[in-house]
Amino acid sequence: MARYFLRKLVVYALTFVVAVTIDWAIPHLMPGNPVNTLMGRIQIQDPKVAHQVYEHYMRAFNLNLPLWKQYWYFWVSLFHGDLGTSILEFPTPVMSIITHAIPYTLALLVPAIALSWYAGNKFGALAARRKTLDNTLLPLGYTLTATPYMWLGILLIWVLAVIWHVFPVGFAYDPTAVRGFTWSFTSNLAYHWFLPFLSLFLVAFGGWAIGMRNMIIYELESDYAHYLGALGAPHRLIRKYAFRNAMLPQITGLALALGAILGGALVTEIVFSYPGLGYQIYRAITNEDYFVIQGIFLFIIIGVLLANFVVDIVYLIVDPRTRIGMEGGRS
Amino acid sequence: MSSVPTAPLASPADPTKVEELPIRQPMSGFRESLHFALRNKKLLYGLSMTTALLLFALIGPFLAQHGPLEYAGQLSLAPTTKGGHWFGTTLQGQDVFAQFVTGLRLAFIVGALGGGIAAIIGMVIGFTAGYRAGFVDEVLNMLTNVVLVIPTFALLLVIAAYLQVRGVLMEAVFIGITSWPWAARALRAQTFSLVSRDFVDMARLSGRSSWKIIFREIAPNMSSYLFMMFILLFGGAILIAATLDFIGLGPSNTISLGQMMQLSVQNAALQLHLWWWFLPPGLAIMALVGSLYVMNVGLDEVFNPKLREM
Repeated sequence: MARYFLRKLVVYALTFVVAVTIDWAIPHLMPGNPVNTLMGRIQIQDPKVAHQVYEHYMRAFNLNLPLWKQYWYFWVSLFHGDLGTSILEFPTPVMSIITHAIPYTLALLVPAIALSWYAGNKFGALAARRKTLDNTLLPLGYTLTATPYMWLGILLIWVLAVIWHVFPVGFAYDPTAVRGFTWSFTSNLAYHWFLPFLSLFLVAFGGWAIGMRNMIIYELESDYAHYLGALGAPHRLIRKYAFRNAMLPQITGLALALGAILGGALVTEIVFSYPGLGYQIYRAITNEDYFVIQGIFLFIIIGVLLANFVVDIVYLIVDPRTRIGMEGGRS
Repeated sequence: MSSVPTAPLASPADPTKVEELPIRQPMSGFRESLHFALRNKKLLYGLSMTTALLLFALIGPFLAQHGPLEYAGQLSLAPTTKGGHWFGTTLQGQDVFAQFVTGLRLAFIVGALGGGIAAIIGMVIGFTAGYRAGFVDEVLNMLTNVVLVIPTFALLLVIAAYLQVRGVLMEAVFIGITSWPWAARALRAQTFSLVSRDFVDMARLSGRSSWKIIFREIAPNMSSYLFMMFILLFGGAILIAATLDFIGLGPSNTISLGQMMQLSVQNAALQLHLWWWFLPPGLAIMALVGSLYVMNVGLDEVFNPKLREM
């Protein structure tokens, strides 16, 4: 078990170093002096602000230092929580933009992932080898999982918000709402949260349901299931065992799917103008606010690594083979 | 099995007809696959849908009467048969049909190229890791795990944001070199289970080179698996490309399905009810990727007798 954890930790540490290095290297790899390129592209009219931005970039990139020192300082400022300053909202630090955006992204992602995973597994397991349910779930699941996240969002807005006026078109809350821990504001938040959540949930649900259905069919055709059947075990029992075995790949799949769902959340936020990380990154990209892009990337890396670690622990609890040092949880 | 023609009973006295004795020859692998393939609804549906879309992507641009980015005459025109605006025009007066077929063609290019590159990298790494256990395996496995954990989509965002000129080819290459890990991992496991078989040992004893053994002995035994892997990578690449394009990191100087959606949202096409602008691109991606996935299940059932529905 210690070996299992050690391997995982090495992978995560290595991933983090690689990701940070890439994050640092990309501006340096591009041809020319990155500061001049950036200044040329952002085109700030006010010469005083332009000078300030230029100074800031020069300090941030430390271009006069040798490369290894620049790299070292990148790490130092990273551990001091300094991710640079936003150009679009000039003296706002990138860190504060991110900490303001994160709650919204998490509020969408966590329930969408958890509920879609749970419901997808349940429905997928129910549908496997049951004709009528399978004939509806299978096409539905494939349609959903093949839908681009943003398009489902567009569709939901168009039908439910623009045509029927049942839900708001976007944003996290009404611009007129008074912020605070009041019932009216909370319900306003929930009202605006529902559609982006739903569109994330639906696409992810399709994938989990299909995955579980296929896994259960594999399990039901395996030797132990046939043997149990030959012994006269009730169907319910066989399906229960099949479900337990099919869960393991679904847990591993959770770690694998994180990146895709995250990408989905980013574009869903853009469609709904929901002020999470995705919306911020979109704003940063369209306005060429590079430190924000790089900072959000680092945060996404950290989040995904943490989530992977949680999945590993869950796997350890669910699969007894990893605990007694067998090969069940091999990375 | 009803389609297998049963040979007419030959009289034992006639020695020339011995070969036609009604001994059921086991069907060859290919014929058996074909037999089940032609009866698999999922496969047939997926294949015909994909083919139809491919033909549309190939022929469509020749039917379009306007360039995808040029001003085509009228703003926000609803679909009409007049002037070739079958899908209407955008808020800026560009022909949606022309944009749609261009985007569809790009989707196929990105899918084939991105999926192809990912499949090749996945095969090289998966085969090597599975065939050469030990240190090489450890290193490649570590590499796979690192790329697997990195949220590659976010990585693509950062890289694409810094590129000044973006092309379809570059997008496909980037998608290819970031989406191979799961394929490599699956192939490594498959290779692992084949390496210890007798026929591989025989090939080794005969002194053949490793790559020859991998491509002559191991790969053909999972050809169906490789094909299905490519289909999944193909569909995945299309979805990733659409997402990137939607964020505004699509190819410069042309238009993709993702960019169509981005522009329609940016220009408030939803509020203006210009449904002909934002419905077709998403619908096309959904139909294409969905039919690829359904085709994949169909193939799985064809190649794996356990999965066939009785």
